[in-house]
Amino acid sequence: MSLAELDRMRTERDKAGRKIKVKQPDNKAALGFLAPWIIGLLGLTAGPLLYSLYLSFTKYNLLQPPEWTGLDNFERMLTDDRLHQALKVTFTYVIVSVPLQLLVALVLALALDRGMRFLPFYRSAFYLPSLLGGSVAIAVLWRLVFGADGLLNAILGWMGIESTQSWISNPDTALWTIVLLHVWTFGSPMVIFLAGLRQIPKSYYEAASTDGANAWWQFRHITLPLLTPIVFFNLVLAIINAFSNFTQAYVVSGGTGGPADSTLFYTLYLYQEGFGNFRMGYAAAMAWLLVLIIGAFTGLNFWLSKRWVHYDD
Amino acid sequence: MTDLATRARSRSAESSHDASFTPRKVSAGTRFRQVMRHAGMLVVVVIALYPILWMVASSFRPDGQIFGNASLIPESLYFDNYTNGWTALGNPFSVYMFNSALIVLGSIIGNLVSCSMAAYAFARLRFKFQKPAFAIMLVSIMVPIHVVIVPQYIMFSKLGLINTFLPLVLPKLLATDAFFIFLMVQFIRGLPRELDEAARIDGAGHIRTFFQILLPLMKPALATTAIFTFIWVWNDFFSQLVYLTDPNKYTVPVALRSFIDAQSQSSYGALFAMSVVSIIPVVLAFAFGQKYLVRGIATTGGK
Repeated sequence: MSLAELDRMRTERDKAGRKIKVKQPDNKAALGFLAPWIIGLLGLTAGPLLYSLYLSFTKYNLLQPPEWTGLDNFERMLTDDRLHQALKVTFTYVIVSVPLQLLVALVLALALDRGMRFLPFYRSAFYLPSLLGGSVAIAVLWRLVFGADGLLNAILGWMGIESTQSWISNPDTALWTIVLLHVWTFGSPMVIFLAGLRQIPKSYYEAASTDGANAWWQFRHITLPLLTPIVFFNLVLAIINAFSNFTQAYVVSGGTGGPADSTLFYTLYLYQEGFGNFRMGYAAAMAWLLVLIIGAFTGLNFWLSKRWVHYDD
Repeated sequence: MTDLATRARSRSAESSHDASFTPRKVSAGTRFRQVMRHAGMLVVVVIALYPILWMVASSFRPDGQIFGNASLIPESLYFDNYTNGWTALGNPFSVYMFNSALIVLGSIIGNLVSCSMAAYAFARLRFKFQKPAFAIMLVSIMVPIHVVIVPQYIMFSKLGLINTFLPLVLPKLLATDAFFIFLMVQFIRGLPRELDEAARIDGAGHIRTFFQILLPLMKPALATTAIFTFIWVWNDFFSQLVYLTDPNKYTVPVALRSFIDAQSQSSYGALFAMSVVSIIPVVLAFAFGQKYLVRGIATTGGK
């Protein structure tokens, strides 16, 4: 590099230095780089949310223009038995399957973390179901596994238990097959737990065992508290995902939410109302109720987290 | 791996040996316990993978042998399921694979371009309303498609775009998968600022800094984004079911679903065979992109 070039750089650096002092922001450049995101946010997320707020006060079947009906849709919600059933099914599903899945994920992550050899193999094997679990193929498979002459009954037969019932056409068991499908996809929270476990300094355990603390004490007073931020993170994600589950219920019940509406998930009912019966106004009102429910659950989660999540450092 | 191994050694040592001395040899009791642990873990692996393996096995069985049969080893290799299933619907299955592939490709390009641009702005630029904009971006990750599908559908139907792939690809070009913006912001924040500052001092504009300095360094984050987009879009059912009603435009998941309705005439074996075909791309993406997938969900948490 020539001296002249060095000189020029220094002066430019000086100029740049002065600019930084004035704190000139990069507004124009930012607008350019964010343009696609801003258009998407306004046109595909925020705008539609506002538009569906308007639609929720109307009757609209796509053919005639929306007709203002005031609070009719919300009044109908109060007396709509299928909506109440959909809420019951969805809440049951979220409240049972989310903790169960996280528990399985945590137990396996702890077992694998204890210096297990072949960790990458186990991790992959457990992760695969969570990649496939949301697909139509696996939902199809579930229909056949829990059918009258499906895999489950065949295995029960091996164990000497005679069963000819179809678990998916029985209103008492259909939902639980979908809960099981959710628990089966424990792999992705497990990988997040494993990453969290690795970040706990091993000197903590060494100090504890020098002091004679047993494994349970170490889990209770080192592992668990330091892992609570990860548990919280997994919980928030899992609840939102569980509320928006659609594919499995749709395919397992053949789109009906049956038998006897026992798998009528909220999103499935929303789909039936909006795209089966073309009650766009009612579907929009349902969408807003879902926003409020997810928002309330997430808010509650954050509020409760102050009591049990440790943020030491 | 090494820290895991040493931790294991120091833990196994605490029972029988001095903790400060890590022996190469392990006692018979410890070895027995390790074997038992692997045995237990393998049982869980078998349970977890059994349904998938049963599906693969059943896809090679004639209908009569599928039901009431829990064995994982097919009695013979009956390939007719695959040839029958391939042509059982209105179009050969390759049409649906092609449609899915087009949407996946468009979505990957869209997410890579739009999310990396937004991430550069959030991670490296200073601008007005930066904090609220970032907060809105984070909140938008939590908005499921189901709550905006009705107005989006109305909009796209007004534009005459139902039964085209645009309603499925356009949102990716407009960075609505904000999860990937977050992932890339986290990644860029981990890169040394000196690199792009040096480029700026040398007179490079933001566009050059972004393309020539940061983008090449972001390859791991871009790979994670591409693979997750591939798998999620390939598996996506809800929006494809809503927007694609013309059988010629069906994607793999929508076609598989219609297979169930048409099933009274066709065979279960063929349904299994096409289900296997539909998950092969995901399994391959997983096999080749594992490193990036695990890294991606470990740093930011994925589905």
